[in-house]
Amino acid sequence: MIEVSGVSKRYGEKLAVDDLSFSVQPGVVTGFLGPNGAGKSTTMRLILGLDAPSSGAALVNGKRYQDLQAPLREVGAMLEARAIHTGRSGYNHLLALAQTQGIPRGRVDEVINMVGLESVARKRVGSFSLGMGQRLGVAAALLGDPATVILDEPANGLDPEGIRWIRNLLKGLAADGKTVFLSSHLMSEMEQTAEHLIVIGKGRMIADMSVEAFVAQASSGAPVRVRTPDSVALTAALIGAGARVSAEQDGALAVQGLTTEQVGELAAAERLVLHELTPVQVSLEDAFMSITKDSVEYQQA
Amino acid sequence: MSSEVTLARVTRSEWTKLWSLRSTRWSLFVACLAMAGLGPLIAAVSMAHWNQLGEFQRLTFNPLERAMGGYRLAQLAIGVLGVMVISGEYSTGMIRSSLMAVPKRLPVLWAKLLVFTGVAFVLMLVTALISFFASNAIFTEHHVNQTLGSPHALRVFAGSVLFMCVTGVFCTALGTIIRSTAGSISAYVGLMFVLPVVGDILPASLSNAINPYLPSVAGTEVASTFHDPYTFSAWGGFALFCGYTLLAVVVAAVLLKRRDA
Repeated sequence: MIEVSGVSKRYGEKLAVDDLSFSVQPGVVTGFLGPNGAGKSTTMRLILGLDAPSSGAALVNGKRYQDLQAPLREVGAMLEARAIHTGRSGYNHLLALAQTQGIPRGRVDEVINMVGLESVARKRVGSFSLGMGQRLGVAAALLGDPATVILDEPANGLDPEGIRWIRNLLKGLAADGKTVFLSSHLMSEMEQTAEHLIVIGKGRMIADMSVEAFVAQASSGAPVRVRTPDSVALTAALIGAGARVSAEQDGALAVQGLTTEQVGELAAAERLVLHELTPVQVSLEDAFMSITKDSVEYQQA
Repeated sequence: MSSEVTLARVTRSEWTKLWSLRSTRWSLFVACLAMAGLGPLIAAVSMAHWNQLGEFQRLTFNPLERAMGGYRLAQLAIGVLGVMVISGEYSTGMIRSSLMAVPKRLPVLWAKLLVFTGVAFVLMLVTALISFFASNAIFTEHHVNQTLGSPHALRVFAGSVLFMCVTGVFCTALGTIIRSTAGSISAYVGLMFVLPVVGDILPASLSNAINPYLPSVAGTEVASTFHDPYTFSAWGGFALFCGYTLLAVVVAAVLLKRRDA
């Protein structure tokens, strides 16, 4: 359980996080979305006590992170930026972290097995691939078997097999009743993993809702795709009914302003044959783009 | 089993961190080699010319400072390692993992100081003993005799070892304040090796007034047999050096606690 209330963070002139409030509930995977520079990593650093908020408070299990007696046993985190000494072996990295709160050696071997790094755990981290580094980061996050897991861009650098692995891992953690909070810029990944979304842009809250609701919101006003051998007659009828119609490349029509049902009924009334009638699904990607387009930090010219 | 973060646990963790880096082991090896080997080497070289030395040179020959001379080189390895114990965490990002595990932060600094100073003390004590007795074995062949009971001997011996340990503490504090390895080592070399040279090119009246306060001068009084009239006493100078170090540690602790990591 993570509760962020009224948190702001200012770096000099720049307000990186602007009065954010949200909570992350146990039992579901909560996605944290936002364009680059939106303040996702900063927010996570504020939750983890690495940066101090300029105002407001971020609590984990009702406490500030700094006040947790055994933080690794309550919160496991992996930051986007590497947080591992490259000269040390993965095993010794995990062992040193475990020793700070009396986590037994056996647990170190356990998490190494969980992330599939048995064969390289004794090698220096500097020789690791990006994907191996991510797996080691996940191992560190799971070390204390925490009830809350915070992962910043966990899919970065993973191959498709690795991405599926982490997706199943996170879903499994949520199913076990854990609080799972992950950021990603890969919308497709979020769509398959997260149930709940927190979307921010320019440090401000844009949306805090279920993935379904988020897509539904963005889909309102999405076009209906319709194909007919008699495009001219149908177009005339649709425009007569107040729709905006445009031609697709394959000869289908994109209709805006009417629902699928209305288009179908109109065609039946005009006795026109339809070959296709499809509500266009907006992907999370599109929903995200349409909702955040005003809050992209660096607009392309 | 209780599972909270304790200083003892963080100290164990820092012990693991210290020994699991190749760079640490190399730095410590170099420090040991310098401390154990340089004294006997100087002894052997100076004794090789013993028969050609005049009466005056034989009388003013200082076997004690020769036997302990290795500390002048060993302190560099100890200082650099003292810096890297913390700056290496900043340069790799490891500090974020360390502070997430120990969010109260200060135990990380205390544990680093404990582990590193403890290791430096034991290693330098042992190698200083080796250097002292090996050098003396060489001196004795030429009837230059000294023991730890000789005038100043015990103080110079202990002083050399203590100076290196406090240098290690000073450098870990510097690394915590400056955070970058290059910057911290530059600051260390500048303070301990360049400032005295600058002091020497100043007019005597000025340099005599300033020099005693330089950390390198004050800190090494305790490792010298003779004292100029304008300098601090052996333990007085060392106390001043400890004072500088304490100040650096306090600044380091405040910054570590307050700054965003």
